[in-house]
Amino acid sequence: MFDQFGLLPIDVALGGVVTWLMLGIAGLLLQNNRVATQYIFPAGAVCSLALALAGVGGLSETSVAILPLGLPDLPFHLRMDALASFFLILLGSASIGISLFSVGYFRNMANDTVALLTLEYHVFMAAMALVFMADDAYMFMVAWESMALSSYFLVTTHHEQPEVRRAGFLYLLIAHVGAIAILMSFGVMQGGHGDYTFNTMRHNHLSSFWASATFLLALFGFGAKAGILPLHAWLPEAHPAAPSPVSAMMSGVMLKTAIYGILRVSFDLLDEQMWWWGVLALALGLITALFGVFFAAVQIDMKRLLAYSSIENIGIILVGIGLTMIFHNFQKDAMAALALTATLYHALNHAFMKSLLFLGTGSVLHATGERQLGKLGGLIHTMPKLAILMLVGALAIAGLPPLNGFVSEWLLLQAFLLSPGLPHAYLNMLVPIAAAALVLAAALSGYVMVKFYGIIFLGQPREEKLLHVHDAGIWERIGMLCMVVACFVLGLFPTFIILQIDYVTEMLVHHSLGGSALKHGWLLLTPIQAERASYGPLILFFIIVAGGVITSLTVKKYYHGRLRRGPAWDCGYPAQTSRMQDTAEGFGQPIRKIFEWFMGVVKQVPTPFDTHPHFHSETHDRLWSLFYEPIKQLNEIIGIQVGKLQHGRIHIYLLYSFVTLLALLAFIQ
Amino acid sequence: MTYTALFFQLLQNALVLCIAPLLLGWINQCRALLQNRSGAGVLQPYRNLIKLFFKDAVLADNASPLFRATPYVLFACMWLAAALVPVLATDLPLSPAVDVIALVGIFALARVFISLAAMDIGTAFGSMGARREMLVGFLAEPALLMVLFTASTISQSTSLITIVETLAHKQFVLYPSMTFAGVAFIMVLLAENARIPVDNPATHLELTMIHEAMILEYSARHLALVEWASALKLLAYMTIGFALFMPWGIAESGDWKAVPLALVLLFIKLIAGGAGLALLETLTAKMRIFRVPEFMGTAFLLAVLGLLTHFLLEMPA
Repeated sequence: MFDQFGLLPIDVALGGVVTWLMLGIAGLLLQNNRVATQYIFPAGAVCSLALALAGVGGLSETSVAILPLGLPDLPFHLRMDALASFFLILLGSASIGISLFSVGYFRNMANDTVALLTLEYHVFMAAMALVFMADDAYMFMVAWESMALSSYFLVTTHHEQPEVRRAGFLYLLIAHVGAIAILMSFGVMQGGHGDYTFNTMRHNHLSSFWASATFLLALFGFGAKAGILPLHAWLPEAHPAAPSPVSAMMSGVMLKTAIYGILRVSFDLLDEQMWWWGVLALALGLITALFGVFFAAVQIDMKRLLAYSSIENIGIILVGIGLTMIFHNFQKDAMAALALTATLYHALNHAFMKSLLFLGTGSVLHATGERQLGKLGGLIHTMPKLAILMLVGALAIAGLPPLNGFVSEWLLLQAFLLSPGLPHAYLNMLVPIAAAALVLAAALSGYVMVKFYGIIFLGQPREEKLLHVHDAGIWERIGMLCMVVACFVLGLFPTFIILQIDYVTEMLVHHSLGGSALKHGWLLLTPIQAERASYGPLILFFIIVAGGVITSLTVKKYYHGRLRRGPAWDCGYPAQTSRMQDTAEGFGQPIRKIFEWFMGVVKQVPTPFDTHPHFHSETHDRLWSLFYEPIKQLNEIIGIQVGKLQHGRIHIYLLYSFVTLLALLAFIQ
Repeated sequence: MTYTALFFQLLQNALVLCIAPLLLGWINQCRALLQNRSGAGVLQPYRNLIKLFFKDAVLADNASPLFRATPYVLFACMWLAAALVPVLATDLPLSPAVDVIALVGIFALARVFISLAAMDIGTAFGSMGARREMLVGFLAEPALLMVLFTASTISQSTSLITIVETLAHKQFVLYPSMTFAGVAFIMVLLAENARIPVDNPATHLELTMIHEAMILEYSARHLALVEWASALKLLAYMTIGFALFMPWGIAESGDWKAVPLALVLLFIKLIAGGAGLALLETLTAKMRIFRVPEFMGTAFLLAVLGLLTHFLLEMPA
């Protein structure tokens, strides 16, 4: 692709990364809001585009580079293969819209805040790109930690608020617990040779025990970044705390670095897999998906709701990874390729849909200053352009045809339907149950999105000030429009996208959907055979539009168009106010009622004789008390015990040294 | 794509539009007779539609464009769904574009749109209806998919055409899995079409209403389209049921001589199905809204059980 300029894809990608770093530093030095937003962020978007194009070029040709940086005998190795390229495309294409949105979003902030944000934001993107390109453990960890730190500073942009600092600390803590696990998994994989390049790891053969240990460590470590249960706790705290473009970047792109890590370790670096890894990933994914969507349904803060929805989507992606592993282990390569295609497709979809929604909440927050769903409403009248853009995002993430969320769900369900070929009786039983749980999660996400969209944009405004808000600015809309276009392209032209994903599946499971997806023309997606399953989103879209247009034209032509406006009827009740609409709590009430046993609900209900009635209901994450509290208590107990060793007297410490010395001598003997 | 196939597709599009209100009228008439009323006649839904189309529309002051567009989206979705199920012949050129999973997706799209429109005016009843509709929907959708998956694993395909052709050619064996699926499907059909015991299509102004609460603010031509779409939805569900559980008599591709017979059989099936639905609705009582999740949960579990039964008992070793 870049041959005519004498460039390898990795050169272009590296150029983009370096430019990002320089832009960030320039932003910090200039300390000027206008320059940062008007020149640096658009330039960053151009780099994103270059990176995405480099990724497209890198899908078909692997390129490597060794940087003259790093440790004396371990320079930074970079490698851009199909897997890395795919994720670079994801990063590049999603960040175009986010950067353009940021131009409008950061415009009115103070100079010094924007200067810091510019640096952190571009370092964050550059670090993510390097995570995808790293080809040795050292480079990987450096990039991984830069990513964690830069995003920590981005999350704590509004550090003057104590809850933001708290959220940032929680994020940093879980990120580091995860990083330790990742580091240990690399330690196991290098197998005692002392060579930390991925290339050596690929050729090391580990015993099944150590391979499993590596996988579990990697799953734990990357799971902490992705928000897999029970390490999800930071997500609903950090996302609302961060500025919206940062939330979009973290949820849309950064969570995928963890997915990339799991795929890289388990399919590329480890030379064989156990089938039970797949079952574990599948089960964890399902639990995560269901948990995420149940909690999303009862949230009252719009960004927390989206954060829980991200947990759900990560769960769905993990289900796909688990299914791929199961198929791959039983040498069902075609089925593994289908499941992996669905997984990667969903990762790509989620990057656009969730970024779009997070950016939209940013515009709402900007215009109204409210994050609580209960104080919004009726914004479709005051922010009509934003409402249209957000409608696409909400429909896409609810998994409705003909948008993109449906394509990946469709592919994943097709993969599930192929499972009867497995030679394992118990697995055959497990898979339909897993499919049922997945479908339940997908259906409930429709509920969540109706709640999200309906309460923010529809109905009557719940507060007086909402009547005077302005629509999102032009840059914000352009940024979101990029995402909307991506949602439509991914939804309507899946065959072209799958042709690109084929390079990745070819690399990881040595099989691809290849020609079979395209055999019946680009209009029809036929992952296996046409008789087995086919889906034509463009045809579907066209028929629905045509049906609607024909109907409306017929109605217009033959019937009078007389229309009167009047007050809402509502069964003849005259005195209704905006307070009588469902609140966010009210809309989530059925879900809370059904899953009360699971959620931990604290309710305060007034008695009939209460003169100042106050109703209050709060939903808690039970995992805090079941998982985090015991760890905290254990930590405290250990701390107290360790504290007993401390007396502040020098002879006691000398005694400790003496005992240690004796013990060491005994050990050496 | 042959011209005959295109002709069949257009024929079916027109046919479903015409007979959907008739099916509704027939069910209402059966219900009336079972309840010792004389009934309004099977043509009453047509009269209602005509009346509504000629009335002046009244829109709430704060109705947004979404509210006005929804009836058309709803109608287009349901028309498409009803036109894609093989009712007369399996020669439907549009069918490869939409398999059973996409069909469920189209129903979900329509459900999301009508729920959003219900929330648009911002009345207490509207948002209550939307909330309840989504509650029923999120439980019914997986149950329906599981039913369809059972049929799909038997016929090795998610294409409705292939399912119908495979199932029609099997000799008459009662699959235990399809029995479970059948019961689950009937429960889903009742819930999704706002029938008793989940919802009551005959009453308004009840605190228990679901579907009617959502469309309270619609009037005239918008209401006509919504009502027509509901009729199409009921027809689509009925014909999906026929395609899965009694696929006999549907003309196979190329065999256009079998179409008149298929038409007669379709009417017989619809008459029997409509009467059965009316009987079911007369015999059961409307349940409390809080019992609905249990009802739908049962349907979901039955459908999963059906799929499991198929995996355990009927898979060729």
